[in-house]
Amino acid sequence: MTDSKYFTTTKKGEIFELKAELNSDKKEKKKEAVKKVIASMTVGKDVSALFPDVVNCMQTDNLELKKLVYLYLMNYAKSQPDMAIMAVNTFVKDCEDPNPLIRALAVRTMGCIRVDKITEYLCEPLRKCLKDEDPYVRKTAAVCVAKLHDINAQLVEDQGFLDTLKDLISDSNPMVVANAVAALSEISESHPSSNLLDLNPQSINKLLTALNECTEWGQIFILDCLANYMPKDDREAQSICERVTPRLSHANSAVVLSAVKVLMKFMEMLSKDLDYYGTLLKKLAPPLVTLLSAEPELQYVALRNINLIVQKRPEILKHEMKVFFVKYNDPIYVKLEKLDIMIRLASQANIAQVLAELKEYATEVDVDFVRKAVRAIGRCAIKVEQSAERCVSTLLDLIQTKVNYVVQEAIVVIKDIFRKYPNKYESVIATLCENLDSLDEPEARAAMIWIVGEYAERIDNADELLESFLEGFHDESTQVQLQLLTAIVKLFLKKPTETQELVQQVLSLATQDSDNPDLRDRGYIYWRLLSTDPVAAKEVVLAEKPLISEETDLIEPTLLDELICYIGTLASVYHKPPSAFVEGSRGVVHKSLPPRTGSSESAESPEAAPSAGQAAEQPAVIPAQGDLLGDLLNLDLGPPVSGPPLAASSVQMGAVDLLGGGLDSLLRSDVGGSPAMGGGGGFAAPGPAVPAGVGAPLGSGLGDLFDLTGGVGTLSGSYVAPKSVWLPAMKAKGLEISGTFSRQVGSISMDLVLTNKALQVMSDFAIQFNRNSFGLAPAAPLQVHAPLAPNQSVEISLPLNTVGSVMKMDPLNNLQVAVKNNIDVFYFSTLYPLHILFVEDGKMERQMFLATWKDIPNENEAQFQLKDCSLSADAVSSKLQGSNIFTIAKRNVEGQDMLYQSLKLTNGIWVLAELRIQPSNPTLTLSLKCRAPEVSQHVFQAYDTILKN
Amino acid sequence: MRGSLPPAEPFTFQPHPEARDIRRELPRHRGKHRQRQKMIHSLFLINCSGDIFLEKHWKSVVSQSVCDYFFEAQEKAIDVENVPPVISTPHHYLISIYRDKIFFVSVIQTEVPPLFVIEFLHRVADTFQDYFGECSETAIKDNVVIVYELLEEMLDNGFPLATESNILKELIKPPTILRSVVNSITGSSNVGDTLPTGQLSNIPWRRAGVKYTNNEAYFDVIEEIDAIIDKSGSTVFAEIQGVIDSCIKLSGMPDLSLSFMNPRLLDDVSFHPCIRFKRWESERVLSFIPPDGNFRLISYRVSSQNLVAIPVYVKHMISFKENSSSGRFDVTIGPKQNMGKTVEGVVMTVHMPKAVLNMNLTATQGSYTFDPVTKVLTWDVGKITPQKLPNLKGIVNLQSGAPKPEENPSLNIQFKIQQLAISGLKVNRLDMYGEKYKPFKGVKYITKAGKFQVRT
Repeated sequence: MTDSKYFTTTKKGEIFELKAELNSDKKEKKKEAVKKVIASMTVGKDVSALFPDVVNCMQTDNLELKKLVYLYLMNYAKSQPDMAIMAVNTFVKDCEDPNPLIRALAVRTMGCIRVDKITEYLCEPLRKCLKDEDPYVRKTAAVCVAKLHDINAQLVEDQGFLDTLKDLISDSNPMVVANAVAALSEISESHPSSNLLDLNPQSINKLLTALNECTEWGQIFILDCLANYMPKDDREAQSICERVTPRLSHANSAVVLSAVKVLMKFMEMLSKDLDYYGTLLKKLAPPLVTLLSAEPELQYVALRNINLIVQKRPEILKHEMKVFFVKYNDPIYVKLEKLDIMIRLASQANIAQVLAELKEYATEVDVDFVRKAVRAIGRCAIKVEQSAERCVSTLLDLIQTKVNYVVQEAIVVIKDIFRKYPNKYESVIATLCENLDSLDEPEARAAMIWIVGEYAERIDNADELLESFLEGFHDESTQVQLQLLTAIVKLFLKKPTETQELVQQVLSLATQDSDNPDLRDRGYIYWRLLSTDPVAAKEVVLAEKPLISEETDLIEPTLLDELICYIGTLASVYHKPPSAFVEGSRGVVHKSLPPRTGSSESAESPEAAPSAGQAAEQPAVIPAQGDLLGDLLNLDLGPPVSGPPLAASSVQMGAVDLLGGGLDSLLRSDVGGSPAMGGGGGFAAPGPAVPAGVGAPLGSGLGDLFDLTGGVGTLSGSYVAPKSVWLPAMKAKGLEISGTFSRQVGSISMDLVLTNKALQVMSDFAIQFNRNSFGLAPAAPLQVHAPLAPNQSVEISLPLNTVGSVMKMDPLNNLQVAVKNNIDVFYFSTLYPLHILFVEDGKMERQMFLATWKDIPNENEAQFQLKDCSLSADAVSSKLQGSNIFTIAKRNVEGQDMLYQSLKLTNGIWVLAELRIQPSNPTLTLSLKCRAPEVSQHVFQAYDTILKN
Repeated sequence: MRGSLPPAEPFTFQPHPEARDIRRELPRHRGKHRQRQKMIHSLFLINCSGDIFLEKHWKSVVSQSVCDYFFEAQEKAIDVENVPPVISTPHHYLISIYRDKIFFVSVIQTEVPPLFVIEFLHRVADTFQDYFGECSETAIKDNVVIVYELLEEMLDNGFPLATESNILKELIKPPTILRSVVNSITGSSNVGDTLPTGQLSNIPWRRAGVKYTNNEAYFDVIEEIDAIIDKSGSTVFAEIQGVIDSCIKLSGMPDLSLSFMNPRLLDDVSFHPCIRFKRWESERVLSFIPPDGNFRLISYRVSSQNLVAIPVYVKHMISFKENSSSGRFDVTIGPKQNMGKTVEGVVMTVHMPKAVLNMNLTATQGSYTFDPVTKVLTWDVGKITPQKLPNLKGIVNLQSGAPKPEENPSLNIQFKIQQLAISGLKVNRLDMYGEKYKPFKGVKYITKAGKFQVRT
């Protein structure tokens, strides 16, 4: 008598049979049939064809049958909304049923039908259910509001459901509270602007009260919601922390981790001298450790988060090293995470224990784990100097085991130890050399070759060793080949007499017999160096290398701070900000830790001043206002020779297609024929009198000031050129347009000043762009709220997007614009600086950069000179970063700094750059590589502009 | 020749340790026209042979093919227990747990706290266990309609609704043989037609109107010792994971207070929501209105800072001779700090190295088995009597020609000690308020080995 019998009817015509049974007169048979339908549903069979028949069974007083039908409906309501609407009348009726279970079922199922039409039927029943006397119905209705909001947000607002929902936060029933909070947070997440859960001390207090009342799931929603709040001072932060702390003892690990997030975030505001700060630190450790005794899946997520917490505040878990010791039957994903945290917690105090453990792990069965353990020993040596010696001897012990992969891994890490502590452990080289033959992995071979080359003078038979590698040169991987080339050159420079032949051999192998450009290039460089200036060669090849640091594997602090705000989420599992893997994330608000109180935040107000300055600046352009003579003059000058016919023709074309057709050619000739305009359009000719910074759009600038979550101290936004006149008044019947382009926090805008220099009032402004290379288009209509009176000017920031139609322009960054007002339509063209198109996520991964650089053919490389720029590498780097040119790596070669940078354009084109900075030379050399080489010239101009301003 | 070589020295561009190319694997969400899908979207139940035997969608239907990514990961992990719990696919995330030989794979579309999902999935498994007595494929298939009703009741629009078994049981009656017989005769159903009363009160975990003829309250203090013992017999790491599981069958609305002789032992505790946290903070007394039936009252951890007693010791000698394709195995287990109680239910399991072909051993007590396929040696010892310590010794045969195994197998020990909480935790008294009758009270202590490992 089990349900498995429902699976057995797999004969032909099953649907047909079910149909017959569903329409049976016998109640029992009907019920059995619905059960069969549901059983088919659970294994993914499509039984939607039975929809009308199942719906027919809905009109019944048998609760079980009704529930089963609802189960069926809920499954198909989402995918077959048009059919579900057939059942609407029954739903509405069931919403009035005396049994609250049925009322709840009905309102819940209705919410699942994602059709606009259903909303009109839903509103009234929903309103009643939100105020239902039964909490079971209320909590179901609360969730339904979220569902409805997703279908029709406007309707939900108009009907006042949001207010009702807010009221439910103070409901007497905890389940209702939980669902109300959940619904509200879902709505506010999908509409960040709706300001629904507008967090202020009163609402926070309400939430904190609800926290004690509601179910565990609701607590998670509330805590996540609290984490978005920014307390006004440390006292408020402390009082919230005090009320959140009891959640650390909750049995539900998700509640615990959400509480940890709130505490970690608000702790940032507490002064470290505070007693409470210490208490809080102590309270955080036990719950985190407890998470590690849960199921392995929970452990994994906990460990990924602990990894972040340990980096942010190592003091919390510094005494808890032992709980991270690996048990042999832990799943591999837990083992690897534990190992990572062990290294992060390693210190002089506990290093002996850690090493003993690591050594134990290195004899385990799992190869991946063993490798990581060996690597961990190396990281310990680099991190804790006092332990280096012990680490090296442990590694030597491991090498003695002769287990192939252990030996190889050990050699790779010993190379790093050599780099960290030069001239200290070279005595082990002899042992390493014994294992030369067993190395078959490129990384290990390369490491060994590096060691031989680096210490050639101490290895008697270095030449023999390297020669033995040389035999199979062509079969080696590039990594090994490059390393071998360098090592032999090093050897030659150290022992020139005996190794001349060897170096000849390797150079010819690298330059003549290889088709790898990197290898060839490097071979040629060495060859030239050695043949022209051996002394210089020595300085180059044997130059002192910078020490490697212990913290190479730490997450960079700003990212870490951001990730701390995402504790418990997927971002914390991947250690990437959500923006890295959620598309369309430009709108995502970057979360940041609150500033510690006491660190007085300097008022970022310089932007306020220029706006006043600008007002003073404006009038100087034309003769004194009200000067009749000037006006007359203006009128006279107004219609330029080419003006009237052009304007006339375009008016007839209508507003929709302002720039279509043959106007392009007209315009182009216009641009060409009018040098003043061409010059004025380009950013290369900055307006002389206008102070820099004026161009920063006022609106968004203010937004930045007040946007507390917008990252304190990171006043982002790229360089903005001062405004220049794009359309002189005399060419546009008295309308003067000057402007510039800017990029702020991911959005591009065109900042315009429209000035009416005519006698009559101007109104009905509109703007349109011609198709252009990057699809720039206005994201909103040009909004000039009041008619523009004579001699008045108005400042507008027009948001732009890059989803317009694309046509390649010449020059590439040419933008043709049409502006209409009540008088006429005017045209102008301007050049936009390319850096407004550099997107925020233009930072390439290192190895990606390397691979891409190699991948792009050399003919795509372009080189430029940036003259008169005497900035240091760091200054250059930070300046460029402001405009979304990201420095990926920096190295110092022969006393000059090399910056490797990347940027990405809005249309996804990557540009890679190498910037060479010589200390005493104001000229920088910029090499650009890009798959679309035509942008290089403009990228260079962007560099030039950014660096010189 | 320009110096514009990309850096090729292996040190300047060391790959970041985290730099598995995650970006490629992560789903890219469509910015626009995305149906807001919060929380858990779908659930697939998959058995060990990779059959999807149940699917449930709380939003629109997601094709089964999404599970292919899971199967891929499963294949890579080789061992079922090593499947990573969070997997990303081009459009979804898969968050899974592995319980009772079933994978619970949930499909997620947006940023959701993974712990939230994992906790919920465990709650689903708990509920099945509770309802059907076991959480197995057969049990689920046999009760597929109830399972479906439960899943629908537990989650609405991706939000957990009712996860307390007390409430669920009132909404959906658990199946019993008797009831299904009765149902089929009388035609009545297993769906509750009234609302769970707990929902009306502020004590959602307890239903109202509970009535028993025998009022009883039992508490089981269960402690598990997790330990790693090194070769020489010293403790590398040890801690006690304790829980107090309760079985409360009391009529009405009893208000209980449970106090301990030594509450200071409990510095790291997780509570059932019924416990009043303030009382605990101020008086170190557990004060609560209990749910009806079985539930976990608290779980606690006594960390390694406090001395954790180790109740058994193991003397071992496992060695492999160079070039002789054989080795010796000699293990003795003896009692240590066991507070005068008997250590029983002792079982030792050892994962022998791959090269081991078979083992020829003699046990002075109990019986042993060696599985030549999985290389697992299991020795069921039973009770330890201090007068005659159990010993297992003999010859290990290796594959001929195989090199001497490098790794030393760890010994995994299980044991039980009745009537003892190894941490020393003792219940002082249980008081009941709010009801007049006199309940029958009982406390039971038991200590078990958790992950107890001896390295050799």
